[in-house]
Amino acid sequence: MRFTFERRLRQPGWLSLAVPVASVLFAFFVAGIVLLATGHNPLSTYRQLFDAAFLQTGSLNQTLIVATPLAFTGLAAAAAFRMKLFNIGAEGQMYIGAITGAAAGLYLGGNGGSSAFVIAAMVVMGCLGGTAWALIPGVLRAFCKTNEILTSLLLNYVAGLLLTYLIFQSQSYWRETKGFNASVFPTGKELPPSAVWPGWTIHVQGGITLPLGAGFAVAAAVVLWVLYKRTRFGFEAQVLGDSDRAARYSGVRVRRKILAVMALSGAIAGLGGASQVGDFAHSVDGDPNGLQKLGYGYTGIVIAALARYNPYAVVLVAFLMGGLENAGNTLQGANFPAGLVGVIQGIILFSALGGEVLIRHRVRIVRTKRGVAATEPGPAA
Amino acid sequence: MNNSLLIVLIASGIAYGTPLLYASLGELLAERSGVLNLGVEGMMLVGAVMGFWTVQRVHTSAGIALTAAILVAALAGAVMASIHAFLVITLRASQIVSGLALTIFAGAAGLSSYLGNDLNLSDAPARHTFHAVFPASMQRWSVIGPIVFGQDILVYVSWACVIAIWLYLSRTRPGLNVRSVGESPAAADTMGINVTSYRYAHTLAGGAFAGVAGASITLAITPQWVNGITGGAGWIAIALVIFAFWRPELCLVGAYFFGALQALAPQLQARHISLGPTVLWTNALPYVMTIVVLVVVSSGTARSRLGAPAALGNAYAREER
Repeated sequence: MRFTFERRLRQPGWLSLAVPVASVLFAFFVAGIVLLATGHNPLSTYRQLFDAAFLQTGSLNQTLIVATPLAFTGLAAAAAFRMKLFNIGAEGQMYIGAITGAAAGLYLGGNGGSSAFVIAAMVVMGCLGGTAWALIPGVLRAFCKTNEILTSLLLNYVAGLLLTYLIFQSQSYWRETKGFNASVFPTGKELPPSAVWPGWTIHVQGGITLPLGAGFAVAAAVVLWVLYKRTRFGFEAQVLGDSDRAARYSGVRVRRKILAVMALSGAIAGLGGASQVGDFAHSVDGDPNGLQKLGYGYTGIVIAALARYNPYAVVLVAFLMGGLENAGNTLQGANFPAGLVGVIQGIILFSALGGEVLIRHRVRIVRTKRGVAATEPGPAA
Repeated sequence: MNNSLLIVLIASGIAYGTPLLYASLGELLAERSGVLNLGVEGMMLVGAVMGFWTVQRVHTSAGIALTAAILVAALAGAVMASIHAFLVITLRASQIVSGLALTIFAGAAGLSSYLGNDLNLSDAPARHTFHAVFPASMQRWSVIGPIVFGQDILVYVSWACVIAIWLYLSRTRPGLNVRSVGESPAAADTMGINVTSYRYAHTLAGGAFAGVAGASITLAITPQWVNGITGGAGWIAIALVIFAFWRPELCLVGAYFFGALQALAPQLQARHISLGPTVLWTNALPYVMTIVVLVVVSSGTARSRLGAPAALGNAYAREER
């Protein structure tokens, strides 16, 4: 008996929903076995997890704070991966977006610009910062054919070092140099009030603030969807992703597409960085154990893959993953296994990948015919 | 003489380069069979944590504990690689996404951190570590003393591995088979070579090497467990394979070069040499140089791409041949 894979001519629609859902369930099942094997009770651990993610007072508010950057990095990954351009650099592009966005906020806000103008400038600068950082691997890929996976990833480390350097190892524009606290522990300079992004509070569960950045993330998802489903640009990018040669023969300008998609992906990640500063941190977080420990850029890849690169699904999955990450952060230490969330995410991604095979192929169990096997010459015969 | 910056950089470049060398040799084996594994960083971290755990918990003499630690680390790396192998060889999933998934699953925020925390490893330094093999009098010899005789056993074993892998790939029948599987799996299949088992074996061997690479960090270079201790070494190792044109002897050269770059930051700081934002550029140098080297190697496109296995990154499906 053995398994064979037959390529499906038509992929049933329900599978593209069933496979991600089953992947998540399977991941929790396997992680449960890991928990059992290491002496934890899976059911009570999962209850703790869901309480801290969605049910406790204030938990939804915290989940939104984590879900917003994840939506940006998820969209950034989806935008590029769709074209089979593997931009693993959303992490670093987000740092650079935070740095440039904060620069705009500190400078213009300090010079008394109106709030709307300052915020608009932060958005633009954040996008530009992310784009510039993403164009390094983009240009290298387009003109030197250098593998963008490795270059974009290595630049994450460089961006992280730069972030730490600006706050901890230099007297930069972004660092708070006045006051008692600044002499004890290095911190980023606080944004002036006009550069702080507004939020809308809903009065349930002790107050949930919808950050402006979450609105930008949803808007970015709509833009991406329209771009990929309704425009020539998106169509050509997808053709290029499916078959490089077909795209080239039909006259798609490959270099230009690579640059455009990398720039777009970087801009979304950079906007996430600006939102991180404007919505939540209100200063540049250079602590190696702060923003850099959270790994939003890498989780964004998991989100994009699970959402099968559909922008709307990215936003939804980002919210669910945000809950998971938030619970992982709040529960850390207190009898809760650290790293569990990463393990679950990894298994989700593995099963989603394995599930892709089921979407593309029909699996058949074939019985080996005894008679045929016996006539085959072999050591046993 | 032996304290001059150049000698110290070469000697510590070899020490720092050894994890890179093991990891890139492993990745080379997998890639030569046509399997790209981007999960090196994750496999290294799991190897690092499991090797460290063995030394902390197995109460025997130093030699046995360290040998056991290396074996456990290799096994852990191979187990991690088997997930990737199953997904990309049997299920034919995308090698790129699966490798990334492996790094997320096993990496700094995943399984390695889970294990490190659950086994309470971060509170104490390693009980046993790898030391220089040769007596101190030999290490004092000028120039070759620190460079050749100042190293631990893992360094000498890695030299043996380079020679063994070079011989295996270029002089043996199975080595030839591996290369044909990596170049043209369909042709290899026609010749009666079992593509699936060759790919499985070499992906798992690659994982074992990555595991040893991880353990060589926690047991020789910085003998402790810290979350994410590899700091991107796995990615540099993947780049090294490209840089080395998929040849083991060039992996050695590249690994020591990048090892020396890593050793540069602490050396300059210890000698109070500063040049502009020294902390920033010395720490960023290994990453930036990797990118520069990748660009140089890839810009000659077709000519220098000669080394890449033709079927690298492609799943093999007999019925779609």
